[in-house]
Amino acid sequence: MEMDMLFNSGILTEERPGAIKPPQELWEKKQNGLVIIECPQRIPCNPCHTSCPTGAVMPFEDINDTPRIDYAKCTGCAMCVAKCPGLACFVVDLTYGGADEALMKLPYEMLPVPEVGAVVDCLDRTGEVVSQGKVVRVMEPWKDKTLVVHVSVPKALVMDIRAIRVVK
Amino acid sequence: MRSTEVMVIGGGPAGLSAAVEAASLGCQVMVVDSDLKLGGQLIKQTHKFFGSKEEHAGTRGFEIADILFRELDENKERIQVLSNTTAVGYYKEDGVVSCVTGEDEYFRVKPQRVIMATGAQEKMIPFPNNDLPGVYGAGAVQTLMNVYGVMPGKRVLMVGAGNIGLIVSYQMKQAGVDIAGIVEFMPHVGGYWVHAAKDRRLGIPIYLRHTILEALGDRFVTGAVIQEVGAKGGLVGEPKKIDCDVICMAVGLTPTCELLWQAGCEMTFVPELCGYVAKRDNQMRTSIPTIWVAGDAAGIEEASSAMVEGRVAGLNAARSTGHLTDTEFDARSSLYWKRLSDLRAGPVGEKIRYGISQACCGSWEV
Repeated sequence: MEMDMLFNSGILTEERPGAIKPPQELWEKKQNGLVIIECPQRIPCNPCHTSCPTGAVMPFEDINDTPRIDYAKCTGCAMCVAKCPGLACFVVDLTYGGADEALMKLPYEMLPVPEVGAVVDCLDRTGEVVSQGKVVRVMEPWKDKTLVVHVSVPKALVMDIRAIRVVK
Repeated sequence: MRSTEVMVIGGGPAGLSAAVEAASLGCQVMVVDSDLKLGGQLIKQTHKFFGSKEEHAGTRGFEIADILFRELDENKERIQVLSNTTAVGYYKEDGVVSCVTGEDEYFRVKPQRVIMATGAQEKMIPFPNNDLPGVYGAGAVQTLMNVYGVMPGKRVLMVGAGNIGLIVSYQMKQAGVDIAGIVEFMPHVGGYWVHAAKDRRLGIPIYLRHTILEALGDRFVTGAVIQEVGAKGGLVGEPKKIDCDVICMAVGLTPTCELLWQAGCEMTFVPELCGYVAKRDNQMRTSIPTIWVAGDAAGIEEASSAMVEGRVAGLNAARSTGHLTDTEFDARSSLYWKRLSDLRAGPVGEKIRYGISQACCGSWEV
């Protein structure tokens, strides 16, 4: 009941259709990372598919379908991260930093724009600060003010961290 | 007395789409809009739209308005735009529409066809002190912030977790406004789950099964009192005091339909479409054969479907004035209805589908 209420307020509490983890074995060796989409509700929306250059986000039979991913085709390019109107796409690269570090590519639409090299707060799905991360790169793939910020984070927290906040 | 082939009342997503469609097919079109600038709510929408490519999914609302403005411009020899102009009356005896530009320039128009795309207005809920300065509609907050660049306040309590409440909370957070929380009567958010997730990861609390009891303050809002609602609808637990200087109301919209009433269109109350709406046939034509309806005025839905409905209304107005053949009409019409049915196909479209089934009579001829 409490978990239901949490989910009903916009917090992902478990894997669901449209919100699943990539297969671990492939994920661990895939350079540049794989996409995680957290879109568990059927809504009329498909830009994750139409923006995907490799066909990894599979075609929608019905525009209301939740996204399905062909991980073998995902290159971690993060075009969907910047296009998704729900900011529900994230890329996680587990190959980035050895045993303890991973790289996350997160959508960002706030000010100020983080600077490369800066240490930022990493927030979980409820906005709690769970660690610090270091900004590696800041991209604007569609030149439309939705940034994709590459942050190095503790590998153990890649399924918790979903946003960053610039530390003033 | 002015005249035009097609008069479009309302220059939001539905009206602009209707005007562009009709004009591109050869109609002379007049668009009137009460605001200083066309675009309706689109010009305040800084978030990216859902839907498919055809409805510009992934593009921000105000940029979709720019796309429609460009289409208007491409057809400018056939479209007359009158902004700051309110259609104040429809005289059903002779089909004359009376309008006022600004506060004193009054004129009459005799259109051959009318497309009512008058949009919607915000609902309000009653609670003590809801007339204090600092209690805003979400539309007003968006106008202040996104049209005029004015922060609405320092710390806001949002009432309503539909898409508007969720999106405007996010926009305020982007503008540097602190959000004290979002209060929602239902046990789940009413808007898209992903919009809620965006708010939550920025640390915005969402109080499900809560309601606002009163606004606090003497001359302006200094806080609010909220309380949990039990499963049977009664209040449970203790009232909570929230510090805030703005209470933003996003508790729903209702179709703007005064002109439709004046015109004598057959009207019906459909809760799923959020109020009184004109009965229409399966081409958006009302019981008055020269009047079509489109967008939120036909039932509260999304801007993406409003734009397609506008296309349908414009297409029909153009056919009825002899600007295209039946074959051309059928090709476009079936495309638009396919897009509408796709947009409405999922679970979030269920309410809309039922509402439309209540408001649509199929064909007036039968």
